[in-house]
Amino acid sequence: MKETREKVEKKFEKIIEVKNVTKTFDDVTVIDDINLSIRKGQFVTLLGPSGCGKTTLLRMIAGFETPTNGNIYIENAEMTAIPPYKRPVNTVFQKYALFPHLNVFKNVAYGLKLKQIDVECVDKNGQKTTKKRKYTKAEIEEKVNNALKMVGLADYGHRNVTSLSGGQQQRVAIARALVCEPKVLLLDEPLGALDLKMRKEMQIELMKMHKELGITFVYVTHDQEEALTMSDAVVVMNDGVIQQIGTPKKIYDEPANAFVANFIGESNILSGVMVKDFSVKFLDTLFECEDKGFAKNESVDLVVRPEDIKIYPADSDKGQLSGQVTSTVFKGTWYEMEIEANGYEFTVQSTTEAKVGAYVRLGIKPDGIHIMKKLRTVNEFFGVIDSEDTVKFCEGYFQFNNVDNLEKGTKVKVSVPFDAVTLTDDEEDGIIGGNVTQTLYKGTYYQVQIYTDTDEDFYTDTVDEWDIDDRVGISIAPEKITVEKIEEDGDEETEL
Amino acid sequence: MKKLSFKQKYFAFPYAFLCVVFVVVPLLIMLYFAFTDFEGAFTMNNFMYFFTESDTQNVLWRSIGIAAIATVICLLLAYPLAYFLANSHFNKYAVLVVLFVTPMWINSLLRTYAIRTLFEMIGLERGTLAVIIGLVYDFFPFMLLPIYTTLSNMDKSYLEASYDLGGGPLKSFTRVTLPLSVPGIVSGVLMVFMPAVSTIGITEMLGNKDVYLFGNLINDYLGEFYTWNIGAAYSFIMLILIAASMLITNLFGKEESSVGGAL
Repeated sequence: MKETREKVEKKFEKIIEVKNVTKTFDDVTVIDDINLSIRKGQFVTLLGPSGCGKTTLLRMIAGFETPTNGNIYIENAEMTAIPPYKRPVNTVFQKYALFPHLNVFKNVAYGLKLKQIDVECVDKNGQKTTKKRKYTKAEIEEKVNNALKMVGLADYGHRNVTSLSGGQQQRVAIARALVCEPKVLLLDEPLGALDLKMRKEMQIELMKMHKELGITFVYVTHDQEEALTMSDAVVVMNDGVIQQIGTPKKIYDEPANAFVANFIGESNILSGVMVKDFSVKFLDTLFECEDKGFAKNESVDLVVRPEDIKIYPADSDKGQLSGQVTSTVFKGTWYEMEIEANGYEFTVQSTTEAKVGAYVRLGIKPDGIHIMKKLRTVNEFFGVIDSEDTVKFCEGYFQFNNVDNLEKGTKVKVSVPFDAVTLTDDEEDGIIGGNVTQTLYKGTYYQVQIYTDTDEDFYTDTVDEWDIDDRVGISIAPEKITVEKIEEDGDEETEL
Repeated sequence: MKKLSFKQKYFAFPYAFLCVVFVVVPLLIMLYFAFTDFEGAFTMNNFMYFFTESDTQNVLWRSIGIAAIATVICLLLAYPLAYFLANSHFNKYAVLVVLFVTPMWINSLLRTYAIRTLFEMIGLERGTLAVIIGLVYDFFPFMLLPIYTTLSNMDKSYLEASYDLGGGPLKSFTRVTLPLSVPGIVSGVLMVFMPAVSTIGITEMLGNKDVYLFGNLINDYLGEFYTWNIGAAYSFIMLILIAASMLITNLFGKEESSVGGAL
């Protein structure tokens, strides 16, 4: 059937728009210049590790927080500074926040009792006018009972909310929000406090409700499985920045970067080189792949899902790599094995088990390899030349080769390749100190992220393993630091 | 609950001993006096005396009235203050609360002396007004603290939920914050009303003969050896009144809200 233009437009209508929104709490940036639009009727999940800013973003849409910068629009109306009670959205809170002094019925009726509705009436002169009125008692009763029926708590109206189980409280919270007929339902990790079985049940019920009601759901979770199961679109966030937006399948099959690949599902993340189109080299082996358009010999990240690796007997001529099984765990319907090949430990899922110590051949088909652009390979900072051979950045004085003979006080852009950063156990041995915030195994080395005391992030590629929250020293080989003078009149500073 | 071990039980003995000697035994003695006459024979006359003397009843009503007025004033002053303190950014480390509660740590007799001197300085005469101000001044922290505790322990998400469901600040206050703070109000009211209704120190120091309250009445009866029996009976009536008011407020508090916070 051909859809009319109007229908198509309606279908793609944006209901929420987040434009250049930044939020800082006491100088800590929680949301960093985010742009996001959510289409009407979608089930959108904000997914990310704790502290990534997903809840803050939701709270800004709900109106509990005001963005430091940027604007939020709901149904094309500017809502940035509008209080929550004037927004056409309702929230299901993480800990339900049911009013303990009201019973189930009164909790659900709460929003209806406050609501004003427009009614058309004809005045004495025959003019049509709209008046505001409140719901009548009978209307409220009908709506509340319908809402309770929808969440399967039809006979619970008189019950005290504190006497309900977690799952029942959650249902009341959902009924309380939905009964107000919001344009958008916001859900802040609503299933976090439930046990696994209950969570699965509620997931299915929420999806059903979404389908039946046709309203937009914005759902916050840190559970990637939940996000992939329930959503039309997933927004993966980290460090206050959106890493990728896409359908669950797209995000799983084609993660935009190493973070997404690592966060979504089990994965083997490696570093490789695009030899030419459709051909990538990693672990000293050439593989066929389905990606093209990279520069010749461009260094890339790549992800191989555990289920995309096939195991063959050691004497088979199939497969590209030889490896040895180091561990195997039965996971119910498949075995999860660690297999070491060419110095990389692959995680492999297979329905057939290979015994620990056995030698096997590993085969990866072209469509099992997903190539990702490396996010960055160079750290960039702003600094000032301090003397003829030192440059100051991140509150540290680093030696460098001043080939251009820049004068003291010159503002410069400093570039340090990831592999030029050396970490030391003892903070005193480094020029500056910092905390390890993230490590990512890339096959032959670890990519470690260090957060300095000056709120800067250093990335380094190292063969050593570092633990999260380790305090480390950072030093840089002088010849690896390149500086570039910043033209004073330019706007480069703000752009970077 | 775990059963108390044999040893743990002993820790309660010192107080149990004190309790028997200074609370239970005196209560029994009071009861004995209340139900006997001067010669030691059983009688209900001491109680009959209360019900037949309208003057005495008036004194009791006046006591309740003045205590009620003082309690209401305390509540009206303390609630907005507690609300401000519980939500204030200035009160991050509860410094302001300590400032308001500090007077509680000073002996109430000293405080009453201080306020009497103050009244003399500004020329406020001794009488009902002075007594009420004195009561408010003395008992204010007992009203402030429980309300402040309840308000500042209240989960902010209830308020957010109310905003979210369309309740503006005023409606959210009357429909969520106020009902949820009832336990604090109840314990505040009890802690002010009960000592206020039986006060004697403040009336002695700040009142005149117009403010002759039930506490003073009991004091006078017990001051004369041959009227001890009546004094004991009146004390017993007071005790029952206090117990009754506690029971009523407790029931009221439970019905209104099941969240904790009462002292």
